[in-house]
Amino acid sequence: MPGYSDPGFDTLALHAGAAPDPDTGARAVPIHLTTSFVFDSSEHAASLFNMERSGHVYSRISNPTNAVLEERVAALEGGSGAIATASGQAALHLAIATVAGAGSHIVASSALYGGSHNLLHYTLARFGIATTFVKPGDIDAWRAAIRPETKLLFGETLGNPGLDVLDVPTIAAIAHENSLPLLVDSTFTTPWLMKPFELGADLLYHSATKFLSGHGTVIGGVLVDSGRFDWDAATATSGRFTELTRAYEGFHGMVFSEESTVGAFLLRARREGLRDFGASMSPHTAWLVLQGLETLPLRMARHVENTRKIVAFLAGHEAVASVGYPELETHPDHALARRLLPRGCGAVFSFDLRGSREQGRIFIESLKIFSHLANVGDCRSLVIHPASTTHFRMDDAALARAGIGPATIRLSIGLEDADDLIDDLKRALRAAAKR
Amino acid sequence: MRLAVAGPAGTHEAYAYCGGKAFDSKLPAVVFVHGAMHDHSVWTLLARWFANHGYAALAPDLPGHGQSAGTPLESVEAIADWLLALLDAAGVREASFVGHSMGSLIALEAAARAPERSKRLVMIGTAYPMAVSPALLESARSDPFAAIDSVNAFSHSTLAAKPSYPGPGMWLHGSNRILMRRMQMAQRDANLFLTDFEVCNRYAGGIVAAARVTCPTTFVLGERDQMAAPKQATAIAQALRARTVTLASGHALMSEAPEALLAALRAAFDVCDT
Repeated sequence: MPGYSDPGFDTLALHAGAAPDPDTGARAVPIHLTTSFVFDSSEHAASLFNMERSGHVYSRISNPTNAVLEERVAALEGGSGAIATASGQAALHLAIATVAGAGSHIVASSALYGGSHNLLHYTLARFGIATTFVKPGDIDAWRAAIRPETKLLFGETLGNPGLDVLDVPTIAAIAHENSLPLLVDSTFTTPWLMKPFELGADLLYHSATKFLSGHGTVIGGVLVDSGRFDWDAATATSGRFTELTRAYEGFHGMVFSEESTVGAFLLRARREGLRDFGASMSPHTAWLVLQGLETLPLRMARHVENTRKIVAFLAGHEAVASVGYPELETHPDHALARRLLPRGCGAVFSFDLRGSREQGRIFIESLKIFSHLANVGDCRSLVIHPASTTHFRMDDAALARAGIGPATIRLSIGLEDADDLIDDLKRALRAAAKR
Repeated sequence: MRLAVAGPAGTHEAYAYCGGKAFDSKLPAVVFVHGAMHDHSVWTLLARWFANHGYAALAPDLPGHGQSAGTPLESVEAIADWLLALLDAAGVREASFVGHSMGSLIALEAAARAPERSKRLVMIGTAYPMAVSPALLESARSDPFAAIDSVNAFSHSTLAAKPSYPGPGMWLHGSNRILMRRMQMAQRDANLFLTDFEVCNRYAGGIVAAARVTCPTTFVLGERDQMAAPKQATAIAQALRARTVTLASGHALMSEAPEALLAALRAAFDVCDT
């Protein structure tokens, strides 16, 4: 009986979670810029607070515009639901804080965005949550790092900035053998390039600031639950995750895994995490991310098409020592990328200039179309020098472990004409070579 | 709440959700019976509401589903007997039966088998006969996960049901699909999809059962239901002299129309705003 299933990706990108507004007929998603929502009666108010009825109370907890975004990203990822957050960092923190506390432990890939590394290595350690970092490709190290108090395994689908491809199926299997969930940062790949839940991941998040919104206009994040991880079974076998499987006095004595078999994690994340930490997304931001999501399939196809042309150009240029893009056979994760990322390896990659740190500076300052700034995933092409910006807190040894050299340049390829981007790069490489 | 319940294959532990409150058998009881491939979690909003409005809510996981032990039972009649045994174990003499889809047939059969214990009957997203297409049954045998995808698509009438279930931000298509997948994967020795849908397909006792039901009955149907179209409930509704309410929903009424369904149940239970 083939042929009956959910609509396809492009249709979901436009329609999931949204229908014409029943009150006004508005076809586009309305922006609900309101802090609060009027109760029909005292009884209605009480039933909303007590989760006897579904609805909105206060926009820090939920908002109709945000809910459309949450449903849409969950639909594109094949998840059970999602929570929009103030930033990608807020999404990572919310994911961790929902299941971990003082005394908990995380096993994380060492190839992480610098901000995520900071959060895990410095900030969460101050709150009693320890992290062991392992090379993403060292499978035995993942297994060996797990402790009785471990709560999560965590990595980026494409590690920042070396594009280490996370072997999601293998790491997920290790996690599940140990009754643990795998959380991935899916920002670089978006659901158009990889659906981590289909590969075994349990939780994921995006910095929606990047490709999901796609226009460099907003800061936001989205945390998505696959709904697949059995928190009750994990508690029974390991004693972990009582946050979700035992009565929580902080919210009506609720046992979240009783309330929702497939949404326990999101219930606690929203009812505790958004309520108490408060890192919620503005509805205006949610609307802008939705605008971006509507064209995500079109943009990602063009991002990848342009990136392949730029990679080919740089890989053949005499001033370039190496290009770190997993579609190249020289990349250590080439075979893994072919298996896990058949549509492409995204639009962010790094390359190493031949020459000095000074030549790297001249290269960046000579670019006219590429913008020198700390972001990726914009429709405009971007450039940055990780060693002096996103990863500046790392010493040389830590940089090397993360695959970053002093003359490494990171590019985020936008939607301009590829020929113009190549001309821009040619000009800057020529300028750098003159020094 | 966990109870030891006697069934045809012996006594097994059963799990029942009680609306987030301690179960009090002295209160009027409402039993919520889930449908094929589901568990108690499809009822949590309604069960919480009733538990906080003077009722003892009981939403069990049927045998072989969710947290209840035992193998899945293979007929509506057997599950109805198990449900009555569950009431015995919970110390409930009389209850209102509320069932969805396959659960509605179980509720009907339970109300018919124990009319003296039946206060009300509410059948949601129901049809009789609840015939399952040979193609779907064949799909259930050969590729149950594809069958799940098909049923999931047929169960929903919109990509944007509000206010979602059990709260904002939940993607109903995704959460229902993974719930069914988890139910299927949890049964290592049984094809739960095939068992449940054959339970629906085989049930032939509806009209006889209707004649034995003495309590007031309400049907709540989804006008866009592709799994159990409203017209397929006409004859059994007449046999039960049921009051029928039709909502703007597909088959997944609890998640697509939680507010309208609550209003329909409040009317069926004659519960006013307090």
